[in-house]
Amino acid sequence: MSKNTVSDRFRRVDVDEYDENKFVDEEDGGENQLGPDEAEVDSLIRQGNLMEALQAVLKNPPINTKNQNVKERAEGLVLKVLSSFKSSDIEKGVQSLDKNGVDLLMKYIYKGFERPSENSSAVLLQWHEKALSAGGVGCIVRVLTARKTV
Amino acid sequence: MAYHSFLLEPISCHAWNKDRTQIALCPNNHDVYIYKKDGTKWNKIHELKEHNGQVTGIDWAPDSDRIVTCGADRNAYVWTQKEGVWKPTLVILRINRAARCVKWSPRENKFAVGSGSRLISVCYFEQENDWWVCKHIKKPIRSTILSLDWHPNNVLLAAGSCDFKCRVFSAYIKEVEEKPGPTSWGSKMPFGEMLFESSEAGGGGWVHGVCFSHSGNRLTWTSHDSSVAVAEGGKTCTISSLRSDNLPLLCVTFITENSIVAAGHDCYPVLFVYDGAKGSLTYGGKLDVPKQAAAKGISARERFQNLDRRASTTQTSEQTIDTLHKNSISQLSVLEGGRSKCSKFCTTGMDGGMAIWDVKTLESAMKDLKIA
Repeated sequence: MSKNTVSDRFRRVDVDEYDENKFVDEEDGGENQLGPDEAEVDSLIRQGNLMEALQAVLKNPPINTKNQNVKERAEGLVLKVLSSFKSSDIEKGVQSLDKNGVDLLMKYIYKGFERPSENSSAVLLQWHEKALSAGGVGCIVRVLTARKTV
Repeated sequence: MAYHSFLLEPISCHAWNKDRTQIALCPNNHDVYIYKKDGTKWNKIHELKEHNGQVTGIDWAPDSDRIVTCGADRNAYVWTQKEGVWKPTLVILRINRAARCVKWSPRENKFAVGSGSRLISVCYFEQENDWWVCKHIKKPIRSTILSLDWHPNNVLLAAGSCDFKCRVFSAYIKEVEEKPGPTSWGSKMPFGEMLFESSEAGGGGWVHGVCFSHSGNRLTWTSHDSSVAVAEGGKTCTISSLRSDNLPLLCVTFITENSIVAAGHDCYPVLFVYDGAKGSLTYGGKLDVPKQAAAKGISARERFQNLDRRASTTQTSEQTIDTLHKNSISQLSVLEGGRSKCSKFCTTGMDGGMAIWDVKTLESAMKDLKIA
């Protein structure tokens, strides 16, 4: 009758972990994904070649890796490139990307929205508007449905 | 393009009889209503009440005139008409989650039910016991089956699932049919064998709709990541996919061997063209009634009102959509011409309406539209 009702540790048990039919995503071997090349992107920004910097920073996206540091570094780098663009050049930048590039850019934009810093959201919103006109809502749907993202 | 609004409730699913004079549909409740065409009106002639949960799938076998329904109450019923009254026969599906979709096989001697129990129940009639029995296809399905379609050979079954994959299984039942000959998808077809599985880099989305072409050599499916794909069976099984700029498509069908019509959350059907030689899938165009562009001017008062309400002075209020359907289209069915030369198809949606589309009229209305 006198059960111990003080401890509530049982409430923190994640019962889904013990479900034998739990859906587990396929492993895709992302250990070698290192994200975009920091040195290359930095030098392109310093040279003022922003179009090339955009192409470079969208290479090797750390999609499959579980290493959070790699992902954060990649996101920071992308944000640096996006902030260096002049507002009037953003549209040209988006036009230079192919369909996969626009999808990837949108993934980085939404990742950037998750952790706003002083001016990041304003810049990201400008990029978001241009990327939306290029990729349509389908592009945003793919950000939402992606199982493995940046 | 004829549009008829049945009720205010969404139409969960629908099925037509053989001569397209009657339609069976579920108005988002536990029942199935059968409407009969009377000139331009539709009159409700039957109410099929047996399910205890929402009816999620209806299929009407054209030749044997039997209706199979499946519902969220984990049951399926086969309805036969005796003296003008539809009588149900329970089918034990042995599932412990809701049934989601049901399809008669081309020869109407069996039907398949997809469910949330992560399996497909293939049901056939056992003469000795006078009872419908079922066999399960389980491996390697890992989530709910959302859509099914039979291959013309009556054995192969395509299934779209929430585990992001579209697969082709063999549903060969030795009790009711002969061993099938080889097809482009494979030659060994024991029951439950998986002959094809789509692989989408990055996961993809839930597969909402699947459809075999008339020949059975091509398979198309739509996915929740706003993409549509076509696979051609053969030694080198090629998959061509297209990521669209629009909202996800929920249903899809072939209207010729090269043209695909799909519809979904954007509330209008869309055409895609597949080029087998190049292995490419391209967007063909939006199929909808063209609306006259409103060219009236905007008064100063309206301009300030718009500025006040929406911080913009443009006139177009994007609240009203100018498509025929006013809400998502959830099901597409071919009415005339089959999947090789479809001349009419029908869409039903969440707005409770049904639209019948004429392919010839669409072709002439939309310029640059080529349906090959």
